[in-house]
Amino acid sequence: MIPLLDVRALAKRFGGVVATDQVDLQVLAGEIHALIGPNGAGKTTLVAQLAGQLASDGGRIVFDGHDITHLAAHERARRGLVRSFQVTRLFRSFSVLENVALAVQAVAGSSLRAWRPVRSEALLFDQARAMLAALGLEAKERLRVDQLAHGERRLLEVGVALASRPRLLLLDEPMAGMGPREAAAMERLIADLRARCTVLLIEHDVDAVFRLADRVAVLVNGRLIASGPPAQIRGDPVVAAAYLGEAAAA
Amino acid sequence: MAAPHRPAAVEGGAAALAAVAALALPWLLQALQMDFYLSVASRVLVYAIAATSLNLVLGYGGMVSLGHAAFVGLGSYVTGILLAEGVTSGGVHLIATMAIAALAALAIGAISLRTRGVHFIMITLAFAQMLFYLANSVKGYGGDEGLTVRARSLFPFGLDLRNGLTFYYVALLVLAATLFALARFVPSRLGRAALALRDDEVRAEALGFATFRYKLTLFVAAAVLAGIAGALSVNLQGYVSPNALHWTQSGTLLVMVLLGGVGSVWGGLIGALALLLLQEVLSAYTEHWEFWTGWVLLAVVLFARRGLAGMLVDLRARVLAR
Repeated sequence: MIPLLDVRALAKRFGGVVATDQVDLQVLAGEIHALIGPNGAGKTTLVAQLAGQLASDGGRIVFDGHDITHLAAHERARRGLVRSFQVTRLFRSFSVLENVALAVQAVAGSSLRAWRPVRSEALLFDQARAMLAALGLEAKERLRVDQLAHGERRLLEVGVALASRPRLLLLDEPMAGMGPREAAAMERLIADLRARCTVLLIEHDVDAVFRLADRVAVLVNGRLIASGPPAQIRGDPVVAAAYLGEAAAA
Repeated sequence: MAAPHRPAAVEGGAAALAAVAALALPWLLQALQMDFYLSVASRVLVYAIAATSLNLVLGYGGMVSLGHAAFVGLGSYVTGILLAEGVTSGGVHLIATMAIAALAALAIGAISLRTRGVHFIMITLAFAQMLFYLANSVKGYGGDEGLTVRARSLFPFGLDLRNGLTFYYVALLVLAATLFALARFVPSRLGRAALALRDDEVRAEALGFATFRYKLTLFVAAAVLAGIAGALSVNLQGYVSPNALHWTQSGTLLVMVLLGGVGSVWGGLIGALALLLLQEVLSAYTEHWEFWTGWVLLAVVLFARRGLAGMLVDLRARVLAR
């Protein structure tokens, strides 16, 4: 089976520091693929390289059979490779509904139109409302984003990425800073994503990852040290030493 | 109980009132035997167009340009040089001004829009100063003394910009068209995308917005509009000097936008009106009028973050709430 995302020997250096060290990663269509690793392992750097915010120093990124290594971030998004952010990035001048409608607009036709009001494009807002309903935020559509609770903002962060209809969604620590109840809502949302798109899930919460993921890759010091089904990773002594042991000791 | 007002209707009413006042102004000045002030009013209109064009870049694209006056000055020089060479067709002036402003903005924008923040401020400043020194060095067209022209742009139907009244109404028409187009732009796809990338450019691009292309589009459109303001300016004054391109002139436009309201349709007009009237009134009493203008700007920046236009919106909300 041809993977949806095929990463070969990807590299990134910041001065003398090797942030991404010859990473090979294959994500299959339809799976939830998790990427775990201790703080500073280079997870967010890798996401930024995949989504196009950071240029790579070496290696190849093939998405859906096309080499996208040198495409700009917006071109990757338009091909269906969309990310969310660990630190929530929403448009503060816009309401909750407008944030989602913007994401729909971003991938639906050209935005070089400066005369007709967006309000007249009912389709954008129908899709945006459907997304808010899926997030359970439909009652909040008129609020400004800074009026939402932290957990709601995190849900919206993922929802905005989801509204630009990704084929592969890169979730960068979606549960960061969430309480147990909020994290449970996020976990349900991610579990439901299986029907919509392929997911590469970067997450610190190892228990949630083992419940959600079909396959797990472990990144330590910019290098992938293990990859496989959750049961195998859980029992891997190398992983335990490099990461899980450290987490258990902490 | 007050009848329910719709904000859009109130805004439309305010716009209609402003339009009537602007249309009736020449007649009013004549009745009061204050004809001299017609040229002041025309100056306000020209500055309002220039400031509104800067607001498009600054307020909607989030790009702080310190070189915007270069495009105004460029427009003045293009039209001025054509006039000096005996070309009087306003249509030719307009087309040449718009084309050259657009080309200059494409070149400058393509380079400077790859930078952000302070770097963008510095690089637009650098390009503007390059054009400033270029204008200083063209000896054939006045050099550092500036270019004086006797002729004015002629438009079809005998519209001659030499006539003060004709000039006023032509400038008013250009400003009205500008404000109308801006009001259409803001809620459009491009307007929304521009505001989104002003809020968070990284996120906008991550969602699939071609942010560079949209910023360049705004930058070029604003430069074309600034060029038109420049073409009007040389017609009003019969004169353009390299100082029109100087970065301090860009600073004046920036002050107008800050004063009037960054990212408000009316911000450029209100800012130009406020600053030029302040200048007019204060300079009658003191030669240190800039000192007092500074205090007003400080007060607006501290107490009315959205400028005078924002204050008017708040005032309207309070009146409607009663």
